[in-house]
Amino acid sequence: MGAKVLMAGNEAAAEGAILAGCDAYFGYPITPQNEFTAYMARRMPELGRVFIQAESELAAINMVYGASAAGKRAMTSSSSPGVSLKQEGLSYIAGSELPAVVVNVQRGGPGLGNIGPSQGDYWQATRGGGHGDYRSIVLTPDSAQEMLDLTAMAFDLADRYRMAAIVLSDAYLGQMMEPVVLPTEPLPAPPPKPWALAGCAGRPPNTIRSLLLGDGELEQHNHKLFEKYRIVERDEARWEALAADDAVVVLVAYGICARVCREVVARARDQRLPLGLIRPITVWPFPKEALAIAAAGAARAFLVVEMSMGQMAQDVRLTLEGRREVALLGRPAFLPTVEEVLECATALLRGRRGGSGQ
Amino acid sequence: MKSLYDRPETLGRCLTHYCAGCGHGIVHRLIAEAIDELGISGRTIGAAPVGCAVLAHQYLKVDMCEPAHGRTAAVAAAIKRVRPECVVFSYQGDGDLAAIGAAETLHAANRGDPITVFFVNNAVYGMTGGQMAPTTMLAQRTSTTPTGRDAGYHGNPIRVCELLATLDGPAYLERVTLSGPESIRRAARAVRKAFVTQIEHNGYALVEFLSPCPTYWRMSPVEAMRFIEEGMSRVFPPGVFRDWEPARE
Repeated sequence: MGAKVLMAGNEAAAEGAILAGCDAYFGYPITPQNEFTAYMARRMPELGRVFIQAESELAAINMVYGASAAGKRAMTSSSSPGVSLKQEGLSYIAGSELPAVVVNVQRGGPGLGNIGPSQGDYWQATRGGGHGDYRSIVLTPDSAQEMLDLTAMAFDLADRYRMAAIVLSDAYLGQMMEPVVLPTEPLPAPPPKPWALAGCAGRPPNTIRSLLLGDGELEQHNHKLFEKYRIVERDEARWEALAADDAVVVLVAYGICARVCREVVARARDQRLPLGLIRPITVWPFPKEALAIAAAGAARAFLVVEMSMGQMAQDVRLTLEGRREVALLGRPAFLPTVEEVLECATALLRGRRGGSGQ
Repeated sequence: MKSLYDRPETLGRCLTHYCAGCGHGIVHRLIAEAIDELGISGRTIGAAPVGCAVLAHQYLKVDMCEPAHGRTAAVAAAIKRVRPECVVFSYQGDGDLAAIGAAETLHAANRGDPITVFFVNNAVYGMTGGQMAPTTMLAQRTSTTPTGRDAGYHGNPIRVCELLATLDGPAYLERVTLSGPESIRRAARAVRKAFVTQIEHNGYALVEFLSPCPTYWRMSPVEAMRFIEEGMSRVFPPGVFRDWEPARE
């Protein structure tokens, strides 16, 4: 086992990027992710890699575009209002099929909101977010350990599929300190990038672009993107199932809400209540298979616990297509307590309609 | 037999989409000539703007990308940071560079990022149909200043070289015109020097070209060239605004 160190989630994610061989980081200050940028400001130059504090979020994501177009592993991190500004760049990154990693340490919204935790950017992350018809891979850590592991994994996924991978965390996960085990094995090296801009000596010039004016060219390109997305949906959905096999009511929660729900399941099982948890580790692609397995078993109802007003519940309903009851416990910009989740789940178990916020 | 005039290797053998009398073709040629002359085509990377020159990657035979509108300097700066062995240039119009991309322009210059910026100032948005640019001159009529640009209502034109000359970052800033053989020869020297500034001096360079847009100036190509000399040059005086070399000539 590797060294165990106490780290804040933001720092763990930054270290994950460094271990994954991130060549260039571009960021703009925003709370609650500043520890990330500060960590990179110190470490990247020490390692002879690139760090720029950009003039804006727009500049930062477009610097990611440039560095990635040049064939290097590049990333940015921010929090909700800043990530809104990055949507333009994410659309161009999708259109130009560039790998990119974006860490979003979500805070409350809409607007300036607050600097506390929230999961209000779920739709923005999973539906595309910028203009045009595209997807980004969305990874949802629930601990400092996963902040490191999933940020590192995001680079591999981004390179493999030549698309953006977003790490969707929140203010709790960014700020709280936990022990993190550092990997002992070197992480996978990036694949060759013959498409990258590096100077055209010995080959025809490469072009990175998203403007496709030829007759039918754009539609063909969009079909190609969606063929790729279909493969990502088939191969890259990740989740954790906890006591879900015989659960009559299944909690569905990601990120910090899943941490609360773990405790809820533990307490329920102590009381012999058949409660389980499905924790999506990717929310795009959404782990439809996990829900289907539970629905084919004992599950009678699903309770979605999220720090938003039913954004993920929509995906659960779309997956189950009305075959099972789906209730929502939504607390925008506030973490639900173990007690309120347990009460809500118990009511569902007893056949009463639970949930709130719908 | 000695060849006196030929097409530069770096300039693609194709027709461009530019209007008759447009200055972009001249600037493309000057850049291609300089790349050939310096022998850097195999290690040059360009960033073309959203605007009339968005298809520059079809005409310049080097590695190129096509950033979002206004983000050209940020993209070029990042490419240079991760590939310092390459020669990186951005090619930008007045909207891209001085309106939507004003922040990116200012901060790339202020950081002294060692990139070469080619700024084609034709005082109008060509691609979208002749709207006001940040460099549109007072009284100039465009589709969004139908009675002429008014200082009190629309603001004054922005002089980019003078603005950037207030910063310590840039190593070389020059404004040239494309209005005749002599000024084009001067422009060619500026293009070459702007590349040399990056290659030998690791500095930020910007060349601003006063460039004709006969279509949206509603002039003939000849009148447009004359207007650069007699009108536009008075608002945007040509000259060297920053030079790492002690005074030339």
